[in-house]
Amino acid sequence: MEAKLEIILIGLNHKTASLEIRERLNGFLNQEGPTPSHLKGRFGLKEALVLTTCNRVEVLFTSEEPDRAILGLSTYWAKGLHPSTDGAFPGFYIYRNEEAVCHLFRVAASLDSMVIGEPQILGQIKEAYRLAVEHQTTGVILNRLLHKTFSVAKRIRSETGIASHAVSISFAAVELGKKIFQDLAGKKVLLIGAGEMAELAAEHLLNNKVQQIMVANRTLERAMELAKRWHGQAISLEEIPSALAETDIVISSTGAPETILFYQDVKSIMKQRKQKPLFFIDIAVPRDIDPKINEIDNVYLYDIDDLQGIVAQNIAERKQEALQAERIIREEWIKFQSWLERIEVIPTILALRKKIENIQRGEWKKAETALQGLPPEQQKAVEIMTQAIINKILHDPITFLKDQATEDQKNEKIDQIQKIFNLSEGMEVD
Amino acid sequence: MALFLFKGALSLYLLGSAGYILFIIFQRKNLARLSYVVLWLGFAAHSLSILLWSWQSGYLPVSNLKESLSFFAWAIIGSYLFIHLRFNILVLGSFLSPLASVLMISSSFLQAQNDIVNPLVRNLWLTIHIGTIFIGNGIFAVAFLGGIMYLIQEREIKSKHFGPFYHRLPSLEVLDSLNYNCLILGFPLLTLGILSGAVFAQYTLGTFWRWDPKEVWSLVTWLIYAVLLHGRLTTGWRGRRSAMISIVGFLVLVFSFLGGNILLKGYHSFSAFKVSAPEVQHLAPGNLRQP
Repeated sequence: MEAKLEIILIGLNHKTASLEIRERLNGFLNQEGPTPSHLKGRFGLKEALVLTTCNRVEVLFTSEEPDRAILGLSTYWAKGLHPSTDGAFPGFYIYRNEEAVCHLFRVAASLDSMVIGEPQILGQIKEAYRLAVEHQTTGVILNRLLHKTFSVAKRIRSETGIASHAVSISFAAVELGKKIFQDLAGKKVLLIGAGEMAELAAEHLLNNKVQQIMVANRTLERAMELAKRWHGQAISLEEIPSALAETDIVISSTGAPETILFYQDVKSIMKQRKQKPLFFIDIAVPRDIDPKINEIDNVYLYDIDDLQGIVAQNIAERKQEALQAERIIREEWIKFQSWLERIEVIPTILALRKKIENIQRGEWKKAETALQGLPPEQQKAVEIMTQAIINKILHDPITFLKDQATEDQKNEKIDQIQKIFNLSEGMEVD
Repeated sequence: MALFLFKGALSLYLLGSAGYILFIIFQRKNLARLSYVVLWLGFAAHSLSILLWSWQSGYLPVSNLKESLSFFAWAIIGSYLFIHLRFNILVLGSFLSPLASVLMISSSFLQAQNDIVNPLVRNLWLTIHIGTIFIGNGIFAVAFLGGIMYLIQEREIKSKHFGPFYHRLPSLEVLDSLNYNCLILGFPLLTLGILSGAVFAQYTLGTFWRWDPKEVWSLVTWLIYAVLLHGRLTTGWRGRRSAMISIVGFLVLVFSFLGGNILLKGYHSFSAFKVSAPEVQHLAPGNLRQP
């Protein structure tokens, strides 16, 4: 009997290897020619898919000689990393069958990412799969597995909250804005001072279609530069109070050592604004805005610590949701496993059918002369009858094979059927 | 048949409430959508039962607490279903359907009374009076719940530490706009209700206004909502203040509804609807001033 086919995943990621190592391995793979075609037929790999992102390099493959394939591939990679060594590189992880499939599900659902729930990884896997299909390195099992993976990732995304809440300061600010204003379209934004984070937040707000951005800065030149970039308007620091009367969101990040906006200022502006809500985001250190203004009705103030607190809370929540995702992964593995088991018996079924059909053809030939005397429709009837006999005889052994059973029983069953019908010579085909 | 429909409506409301409560816990949108349909079915059954009842008796079924509670629940569910057509706030159902269900359950536990009802209640003005007041009350109930939701959500945002409601409740702007819309819908209905009541009083008692306790409390309710509407339209009252006033307004409204009909004496009390009641002896058909 031949060796059993296994699904194997070998790789390294941001948890097991440094960026430098990941880069080196990536470079090595690239110089070997377009992945995954350079793996075709090597080390006993049957099907293969190569996933490379900035955080991971992984090869997923099936093989009937799993040990040889693992050894071959990992020493080959280790050589690529350090041409002088001949041992395997310790940063590789090797997953087989259940572990490999679950790991793939986990990666696709972004549970294994640096930031849990980030959305890019699924697209990268799809791209890797597209490449593999293009180079014809995938077959029945990987095709099925990858499609399953995409649906698992989608299911986890929609059924758990792993991707639901913002995990960066600027996104958290936008999310808050939506909880206050519902729709940011048509809202006006005032940027006081400019810094990297303030600019990032402004970009996110623009992506959410805010109507206008005003920029106030100590040096008007810089303000004009930023305003030009966002098709906004530059104003001087003195104009801030009047700008506050018509703006909805204020992002403040000046380098000023003291408070620049006081409780009383905002209180009187709220009257002018007829109490229209005003959302302040103070990301300056030290703070620009008097924290007391959060107590004014319809005024909301978040400083950098508040936003970081939310981000931390959201990250914790994603981790919690990831536990739920693990349950889904188990479920989906069980489904995939039963499919794998079902296709395991297919070669035996095919061989069985082939053998019986060969017998029929042989017997038909022997009886040909005797049958020649019959009119065509009777010849046809005889053929239909023999075909029916074959089907009826095969029905029971095939049901016996396909019947759900444990792994041990399954192999035993395949073995029994192969012995009873003496199928060993027919197995090479297909 | 009316009773059967009433029971059907009650069961459907309970089912809808259960669905909405599961929705707020597990946040599966399908649960809310399904519950919304269930509420519509319940509302249809309920409407039919009220219609049948009115058809048979000739007046709207609000002559005792049992009927009034059921009618109030009907008005609340109806207001919600129609407001939902404009405001797609799924989670509002999780607050509102349990409230309506509680009213329905209370109603179903109360004893049905088969007193002979004063024939005066068979009057178009009274039907308008009751209909508009109850529908207005239903809308104010939505404003009340919206106000509670606003206060919860505002607290989450102001405290900067998000509890389970933060992600489940809609944005402040939506809740505030719900408040405004309920106000501009509910206020005219309440006004119309009070006016038609006055016309009915003129018609039957010969006077528009008698400072009956319920009238006084209704006037207080009306004033609260009038002040709120004025504040919203002129000085930009909104948000927290508006939510609080809506809550207070509704509590006064409930007090005048329950108190006016049960605790306080006067011709609005349920006992006054019966022919034998002393409060309306002088109103017996013989004593009526002919219009």
